[in-house]
Amino acid sequence: MSIGHALLGLLETGPRHGYDLKRVYDERFGHDRPLAYGQVYSTLSRLLRNGLVEERGVEAGGGPERKRYAITDAGVTDVSEWLVTPENPQIYLQSALYTKVVLALMSDRDAEEVLDAQRSAHLASMRELTARKRAGDLTDQLICDHALFHLEADLRWLELTAARLADLAKQVTG
Amino acid sequence: MSEVLLSGTNLGKAFGRTAALDGASMLVHDNEIVAILGPSGSGKSTLLHCLAGIVAPDSGTVAFRGRELGRMTDKERSALRRTEFGFVFQFGQLVPELSCVENVALPLRLGGMRRKDAEVKAKEWMDRIEVGHLLDKRPGEVSGGQSQRVAVARALVTGPKVVFADEPTGALDSFNGEQVMRLLVDTARDTGASIVLVTHEARVAAYSDREVVVRDGKTRQVALAH
Repeated sequence: MSIGHALLGLLETGPRHGYDLKRVYDERFGHDRPLAYGQVYSTLSRLLRNGLVEERGVEAGGGPERKRYAITDAGVTDVSEWLVTPENPQIYLQSALYTKVVLALMSDRDAEEVLDAQRSAHLASMRELTARKRAGDLTDQLICDHALFHLEADLRWLELTAARLADLAKQVTG
Repeated sequence: MSEVLLSGTNLGKAFGRTAALDGASMLVHDNEIVAILGPSGSGKSTLLHCLAGIVAPDSGTVAFRGRELGRMTDKERSALRRTEFGFVFQFGQLVPELSCVENVALPLRLGGMRRKDAEVKAKEWMDRIEVGHLLDKRPGEVSGGQSQRVAVARALVTGPKVVFADEPTGALDSFNGEQVMRLLVDTARDTGASIVLVTHEARVAAYSDREVVVRDGKTRQVALAH
């Protein structure tokens, strides 16, 4: 996740100072991981250095940093490009679970036990996410659904592997 | 731990030469949602059918509140299914010739309730399940998601102690499946009913309190991670 692009995107709705940006970011995207102040200011100085934002006056009042930042035309172009650039699909070709299953089979242990334990742990996480989703607002629902679909994909792999254990056992021990 | 409501012990069932269940056991407690998971053909639906008294096991016992289903007469078992059990299946469960409200009222009518009373109660449940606007529609005139909600209302209208749900969202897209699960789980929690849920979808299973895994007709004993 590119924090810089997210902050630029937020600045498109109007100039803001650092504290305000952090607040809006945390509210929208930072449910699990709120931004650290240091991260906001270091990102803003990088964006400033690259000409993607500019300073737009200093707000009256106290506080450590009251400079307001506005997005530049170059910043708008940068956000537009980022939005339509697809994220890299993350592929886990050599997962820890695959390694465990193979090692269990090689050592003549019960590989199903490995899969059962993982299924149980995955479902426990999915139950927590489901509970959080049901108690939360639409933002919570969308964030939890994303995680739930990914965990479900793991479980589908797990079930397929469970169905193929006999064949896999022949291959790794043969 | 709450009381055991339903138990299946060492259940065996064969269809011809194929063993569908081979020593499967599971418990369902009061107010509990249990998911039965397993690959296609593992025996999970047969396990649900045995627990619900729809299919008689070849061996082993099923008991509801300590009473063995195998020792009941057909009439007693039917009465048990009608009054204490509710059912939601994947599809094809509503009677096409009846309106939605008549479908929901059907279990009450079969129990001897007067038509008018049964339909008043059915309407209350349809309002609760958010399909109160479909009273006079036929099943063929409503969407898959709506039809499944009507089925949920029908499963709950008698105030059952257990709802058996076999792939209740299997024919629905993610959004409608979610709606149906929320309604089913929320109303079951409100009324104190338990749910036995067969599903191959992990997101649906995540609505349960715990899972039982069936493989090759046997229930796997899994250490709980929660």
